[in-house]
Amino acid sequence: MLPDAIQLIIVTPVRELLRETVVEVQLPGADGYLGVLPGAAPLITELGIGELTFHSKAGGAASDPIAIIRGFAEVLPDRVTVLAETAELASEIDVARAEAALKRAQDRIASHAPELDWDRVAVALQRALIRIQVARKHRGVPVGAA
Amino acid sequence: MATLLDFRRRIRSVKNTQQITRAMKFVAAARLRRAQEAALAARPYAEELARMLRSIMSRVEEPEHPLLAKRPEQNILVIVLSGERGLAGAFNSNILRKAGDFIRKQSGKKIVAIPVGKKGRDSLKKAGFQFAAEYVNVLAKVEFSVARDIAALVTELYTKEEIDAVYIVFSEFKSVMTANLVVQKLLPVEEIREADSKGENAGDTKKDETPVDYIYEQPEEQLLGKLLPRYIETQVLRSMLESSAAEYAARMVAMDSATKNAGDVIEALTLHMNKVRQAAITKEIIEIVSGANYGA
Repeated sequence: MLPDAIQLIIVTPVRELLRETVVEVQLPGADGYLGVLPGAAPLITELGIGELTFHSKAGGAASDPIAIIRGFAEVLPDRVTVLAETAELASEIDVARAEAALKRAQDRIASHAPELDWDRVAVALQRALIRIQVARKHRGVPVGAA
Repeated sequence: MATLLDFRRRIRSVKNTQQITRAMKFVAAARLRRAQEAALAARPYAEELARMLRSIMSRVEEPEHPLLAKRPEQNILVIVLSGERGLAGAFNSNILRKAGDFIRKQSGKKIVAIPVGKKGRDSLKKAGFQFAAEYVNVLAKVEFSVARDIAALVTELYTKEEIDAVYIVFSEFKSVMTANLVVQKLLPVEEIREADSKGENAGDTKKDETPVDYIYEQPEEQLLGKLLPRYIETQVLRSMLESSAAEYAARMVAMDSATKNAGDVIEALTLHMNKVRQAAITKEIIEIVSGANYGA
């Protein structure tokens, strides 16, 4: 018999962020978003930079997004374990800091410095963008509004 | 002979010292609680990561990764986690003695050290060790970013084959009174340790042992390559948290006994002072009495 709920556990190296029983999870996989329902086949994936959302009740509204910055996820029929390098609730995000980081990353790209470490800048940029996006959704401000 | 005033001064000075040691004890106790909480909070990630890694390692036939490669140990890197400050009883000397013993056993091999904590840095520098890096003022409040830096540095040195093994020497917090001195092999990765032997996951063990046939979104080798560095990070973080908690516990115990000793000293001094005062009074009375007798 298939389980009718999933236990969602989100942990980071320094804390356990969330432990909740849910019916649906959207994960930011490294190769694209994954939706997980109860009874999913066991799976291990790398996570990219993106937002994780879940539904606590069938047909209910999606939760506030959680910003996930890289890591891994293990999916079992009745359990999803997210090992994130960084995971933040929308309410925890310091938007001013994220915006400063975004500006820094953009300036660095605009500088055309030959020794620029593209990987690092790209990650910094994505990280800042997702934080801002998640925080804005939470506050009800449409994405893209300055 | 010491006068009454001298005694009063001594007692006042000891009392001041006692106040300081008592304050230090309370500060250490509060920080210890925080350090323990941090260690507890870091445990679930380490446990889940170790479980995932074991599962992948068992699936890959012959796991091949630079961090798993074994070489004859010629160049050894030792990470020594000591305290940041003194006044923690034998904490610093114990851990440094352990590190010294370990290094002496590696005779004929080239040793490079990474001291973490000011006390270890100073002592190892005096002993003339070569440092690959040094980290000071990072154990008072353990930050994950520091653990990540250290892990990144040693994995890079190891991958470049500049070093053949990495050991980490730290104090493992057992209880307030006891700390285990641990020498742990960090690289090459030989076995995936349980996050913590103290972990009470007896209820989960059955579930953990069942091998699950996972679908891997990415090739197993690639996942392994990404998980292993994370594993090193959690190991470094764990030892930093343990060492930090052990340092605060040692300081708390040391300051507690210092406060008690100060109390004993004050008591002894007060007794002595009273005796001296009594003697002075007796002397005065004798003088008056004998003076009166003489006059009569």
